[in-house]
Amino acid sequence: MATVRLKDIRKRYGATEVIKGIDLEIEDGEFVVFVGPSGCGKSTLLRMIAGLETISDGTLEIGGRVVNEVQPKERGIAMVFQSYAIFPHMTVRENIGFGLTVAKAPKAEKEAAIQEAARILQMEHLLDRRPSQLSGGQRQRVAIGRAITRKPEVFLFDEPLSNLDAALRMDMRMEIGRLHKELKTTMIYVTHDQVEAMTLADKIVVLKDGEVQQVGAPMDLYHNPANLFVAKFLGAPSMNLIEVEVAEARAGAAVVKNPALDPIELPCQIDGLRAGEKLTLGLRPQYLHPSLDPSEGKLHGKVKLTERLGSETVVDLELTDGSPLIAALSEDAVFERGREVSLTFRPEQTHLFKGAPDQT
Amino acid sequence: MSRSRLTQSNRTGWTMALPGFGLIAVFIILPFLFAFGLSFTNQRLISPNPTEWVGFDNYRQLMGVGVLTLEPERDDAGAVIRDEDGAIEYPRLRGFTRGNPDYAHLDGMREWTSWQWGEDRVVLLARDVVFMKAVVNTLTFVAVVAPVQAGLALVLALLINQRLRGINVFRTIYFMPVVVSIVVVSLLWRFIYDGNDGLLNNLLSAITFGAFEPVDWLGNPDTALPAIMAMSIWQAVGFHMVIWLAGLQTISPTLYEAAEIEGTSRWQTFRYVTWPGLRNTAVLILIVITMQAFALFAQIDVMTGGGPLDSTQTIVFQAVERGYGKQDISGGSTISVLLFLLVLTISLIQRYLTRERN
Ligand SMILES: Nc1ncnc2c1ncn2[C@@H]1O[C@H](COP(=O)(O)OP(=O)(O)OP(=O)(O)O)[C@@H](O)[C@H]1O
Ligand SMILES: [Mg+2]
Repeated sequence: MATVRLKDIRKRYGATEVIKGIDLEIEDGEFVVFVGPSGCGKSTLLRMIAGLETISDGTLEIGGRVVNEVQPKERGIAMVFQSYAIFPHMTVRENIGFGLTVAKAPKAEKEAAIQEAARILQMEHLLDRRPSQLSGGQRQRVAIGRAITRKPEVFLFDEPLSNLDAALRMDMRMEIGRLHKELKTTMIYVTHDQVEAMTLADKIVVLKDGEVQQVGAPMDLYHNPANLFVAKFLGAPSMNLIEVEVAEARAGAAVVKNPALDPIELPCQIDGLRAGEKLTLGLRPQYLHPSLDPSEGKLHGKVKLTERLGSETVVDLELTDGSPLIAALSEDAVFERGREVSLTFRPEQTHLFKGAPDQT
Repeated sequence: MSRSRLTQSNRTGWTMALPGFGLIAVFIILPFLFAFGLSFTNQRLISPNPTEWVGFDNYRQLMGVGVLTLEPERDDAGAVIRDEDGAIEYPRLRGFTRGNPDYAHLDGMREWTSWQWGEDRVVLLARDVVFMKAVVNTLTFVAVVAPVQAGLALVLALLINQRLRGINVFRTIYFMPVVVSIVVVSLLWRFIYDGNDGLLNNLLSAITFGAFEPVDWLGNPDTALPAIMAMSIWQAVGFHMVIWLAGLQTISPTLYEAAEIEGTSRWQTFRYVTWPGLRNTAVLILIVITMQAFALFAQIDVMTGGGPLDSTQTIVFQAVERGYGKQDISGGSTISVLLFLLVLTISLIQRYLTRERN
């Protein structure tokens, strides 16, 4: 069990800096998820924590000890890779016990650790198989088993579920969540799947271009995104971003409008607003309610397409100024194509960001 | 439509395969069948006499071996007779192998080697001593060259398989002897091994400050075969290094990272990650080297011609020398067939020993 502390961590490959000074505190027993688009440096950061990449600058502490120059095996970590990285010529038993084989542990101790890991992962019946005789999910379970027998203070996962199909991914996701509850060990988990991030994390770290965008609990990030990038990145379908103009600035609020939006007062924390300034209005599709009465809502457009998913209906709209908008209803509903609608929303469920939408 | 007609027609397939198949048939399969047939005749390269069918005579002639235990000559009192130097005297071998009706099975054989057994002397006889020496030399060559060359190539491949500046220079250097013709290499090494003023002798005497006595490496029966082995290993090691290298690069880097996290030592990394990943490459290399080693010819032809004292005779060299040197085509063919059977057997044994166990 250990805390992990990153202080101004940087990684340079030659002249290019891919991790640009990251400060982060991870509590003991916390489940932290790094999310971000491809190439943002998630894996690099995780591999620096593991000791597979050198740290160009900054300090890394695990359990209160600076480990910048410490070998991976001395850091008290275990890692699970996207490609499983289990040894193809060894049986499941040998794979799970590999760390203890390497450490030349006594047979009995090794067997006990293997049985314990197999019990936790419910794979006692697979112990004598070879990896080629296992499914993808079972292989990843073996990799997790190998990590468990190391009794690490910190588990590191690099997109462990990316190679699995959708159904299996959900099973394994729940399994990892259960594992965390059972072991209560610090876990750091890299993914670009926001569902995994939202469901598993105690704390999400959103990364972009090697920089932290926001750190916080999943619902915190969802309801109070710090910037446009985080707002767009979390939530599916992703947040609608509409360019609006400030009609009047008030204390803690602003009246905004655009050709498709009647003037409306919304809460706003941006200082020094002036009338005429352009802002971005963020509206989550789930919080928009289409109404057939044109005078009921402030936002106006017409229906282009209705996608009925049974539990949910996604309505694709075109606003009167020509920009697209998506609304998601939590019930089955039908909207005729071409039908004029107005959309209602609650002011406290909107977000105003500085600048125009395409400046993300 | 046209695609499927072309790829599904049997005739098209055979037409495409014909050139390659034809060449293999004309230059490999047909000659082999010829050799097989000729090995049962007394065919000579040029001869006025008609060819006769002789059955297994050629094989008997080549492979005939026998053992004879000679008891010491004794005087009337039964004491062992010794010569002036104290060495035991034995009856003459010719008395048994030349027209002795009691030892008909040894008729025409000659001494291959002998050793002392108490007071007796055991003599190993062979109908064709030179061929037997060739077989032993070839097997020795294979037994030494296959493991040493494969091992050395692996060590080089492991050294080369690192990301270091200028590593490509070493790759090129190690691979260079492979692209040079073996005949040219053999000629060069004749100078290196020269007994009087050879590079090797000069080097050794320089290192030992003149204490080293020059050796005629290729002229001495004890050193000729080892010298040829050393040169052969050096010449082809680069080739096998490249094959090992290809095998090494198929091993996923993530496996090494997983092992690193578990804290494996260098040896453990090799044992648990690298070597298992090289299984198939190892089988391939072992079989290729074995076959190449059995085919040893050019080095012998250029460097020693089988000498001195038949110490570097090899099977292929004998096949060529009989078939063309002595114009004994049937004898040469018989040796080729025997070599084929030998290589086939050894390859099958290797395949069996290195099979996938699951
Ligand atoms: N050895 C290297 N040399 C130079 N640049 C590198 C090297 N390794 C990674 N990078 C760069 O570092 C950046 C971050 O890579 P990283 O693998 O951490 O991304 P990621 O967030 O894990 O992406 P993904 O979701 O696709 O796995 C990328 O822009 C990549 O091009
Ligand atoms: Mg990655």
